[in-house]
Amino acid sequence: MTQFFQQFPVVFQSLNVGFLQTLKLFGATLLGALPLGLLISFGSMSKFKPLSIVTRLIVWVVRGTPLMIQLLIIFFFPGLVWGKPIWGGGESGRFLAATVAFILNYACYFSEIYRGGIQSIPVGQHEAAQVLGLSKSQTFFRVVLLQVVKRIVPPMSNEIITLVKDTSLARIIALQEIIWAGQSFMKGSHGIAGQIWPLFFTGVYYLLFSGLLTILFNRLEKKLDYFKV
Amino acid sequence: MAILEVENIHKSFGKSEVLKGISFSLEKGNVLSVIGSSGSGKTTLLRCINFLETADVGRITVDGDTIFDSDAPSTLSARERRDKQLKIGLVFQQFNLFPQYNVLDNVTLAPRLRAKERADYKQNKKQIIGEIEVKAKELLDKMGLSDKLDHYPCQLSGGQQQRVSIARAMALEPKILFFDEPTSALDPELTGEILKVIRELAKEHMTMVIVTHEMTFAKEVSDHIVFMDRGVIAEEGRAQDLFENPQSERLKAFLNNLKN
Ligand SMILES: Nc1ncnc2c1ncn2[C@@H]1O[C@H](COP(=O)(O)OP(=O)(O)OP(=O)(O)O)[C@@H](O)[C@H]1O
Ligand SMILES: [Mg+2]
Repeated sequence: MTQFFQQFPVVFQSLNVGFLQTLKLFGATLLGALPLGLLISFGSMSKFKPLSIVTRLIVWVVRGTPLMIQLLIIFFFPGLVWGKPIWGGGESGRFLAATVAFILNYACYFSEIYRGGIQSIPVGQHEAAQVLGLSKSQTFFRVVLLQVVKRIVPPMSNEIITLVKDTSLARIIALQEIIWAGQSFMKGSHGIAGQIWPLFFTGVYYLLFSGLLTILFNRLEKKLDYFKV
Repeated sequence: MAILEVENIHKSFGKSEVLKGISFSLEKGNVLSVIGSSGSGKTTLLRCINFLETADVGRITVDGDTIFDSDAPSTLSARERRDKQLKIGLVFQQFNLFPQYNVLDNVTLAPRLRAKERADYKQNKKQIIGEIEVKAKELLDKMGLSDKLDHYPCQLSGGQQQRVSIARAMALEPKILFFDEPTSALDPELTGEILKVIRELAKEHMTMVIVTHEMTFAKEVSDHIVFMDRGVIAEEGRAQDLFENPQSERLKAFLNNLKN
C-alpha cells in the first residue's frame, strides 16, 4: 500500500501528460471533421452524379474498414511504399498522421449524420422559404440549419463520445496518449516497472471525460427543447 | 386590365400531363376560387404560378409584368426572379411555419432579410427594422394574435398557425395571395376562424386565388369560380351562376357528388 502511495503521484503526473495528448487528438479531430463532414455530406447529396457517387464510395470504404487499419496505412504508407516519409519523425509526426486519419474517418461518419439530418427536414420548409423570397443560402442558414442541429444532437453526441474512446487506437502508431502512458509502467518508466494498475487507471479518465461530455450534450438538447421539429 | 393573366399552362410529370392548357385571368381586388375533384391539377397549377414547379408551356403575367414565359427563356438573375416572384404570396395547406422562430420572427424574417438588400439599409437600419416590426404586429393584430407574438409554432393550435402563416405571406405585400386548401389540415371547428380571416381580406379587396373544397364558402366569398377537371378548366364563371346553373356535365356530376 505504501508503495502505491509512493507511485501514485508519479503515475498521475505521467497519465496527465498522456491525457493531454489524447485531448489534443480529440480536439483536432473535431475541429477538422465537423466542417469536413458537412462538405462531404453536400458532396454525397450533390445532383452532379459523378460527385455524389465518388463521395458515397469513399464514405462507404472509410466507414466499412477499421479505423486502426486506416491509421496504419496513413502512417506507414508514404514512408514504406513511396519512400517518402511525409509525416516527419517523432511525436509530432505521429500526431499529425493520427489527426489526419481521425479527421478523415470521423468526417465520413459525421457526413452521414448530417445527410440524414438535412434530408429529414420537410420539403415544405424549403418551399415556404422559397416563396418568401429567401435565397438558397439564407434558407440553409436561417431556416434549415438549426432544425438540423436539433435533430442531430443525439446521434452526434454518441459519435463524439465514441471518439473519446477511439483516440486510444492511436496507440498502435505509438502516439504517446494516455494508454501509451499507462502501459509504459509495465515495462518500466520513471523508475516504476511491472505495474498494470496505471493502465487500468486510465479508464477513470475516459469515464470522467465522457461523463462531462454527456452532461454538456444533455444541456444542449435542453437548450433546443423550446421548439419542435 | 387584369392583375393576373395565366395563359395556356401545360405541365407534365413524366408521361402524365397534369395541366393541359390552363388559361384564366383575374381582376384586381377580386377573389377567385379553384374547385375540382382530387387529382384534377389544382395544386399543380398553384405551384406552377408560384415557381415551385416550372410549367412546360405557358405565360404568366402579374400587373402587366411577365413573371414567366416558356417562349422567352429567362435571362434574369436569381435575385431579379425572386423580386418578380414576390409579387405573389402563397399560403400552404400545412402552414409550414419555421419552428425555431416565434410568431413575430416568423412574420418578420423574410422582410428583414429583404431589407438588407436595400441601399440605405446600413444608415437606417434601426428605423427599417422598426417599421417592419410595426407592420408585422399590425398584421398579427388583424389575425387576432397580438397576445401570441412570442409563442413558438408548437405552442399554437392549427388555426392559429395558419393565421400566422397568412400574416407571414401578407408581410411581403404581395399583389395577389394564393391559398392551397388553407383549411384542409384543420379540425372542422378551427376551419371557421381561417374562413373568417379570408372573408375579411376579401372585404378589404385583397386579390386572392383560393383552392378549396369548402363549396359554401367558395360560393359566398368568390367573385369568380374556376372548375378544374382532369387538367383542364371544364367550366368557369360567376360564383352564383356556376353553382346554381352548372352547364357542363362534369360540373353537374361534381356538384351532385358533393351533395351525397
Ligand atoms: N411531383 C409530382 N410528380 C408526379 N406526379 C405528380 C406530382 N405532383 C402531382 N402529381 C400528379 O398530378 C396530378 C394532379 O395533382 P394535384 O396535386 O395538382 O391535384 P389536386 O387537384 O391538387 O388534388 P387534391 O384536391 O387532392 O389536392 C395527380 O395525379 C398527382 O398524382
Ligand atoms: Mg391539392
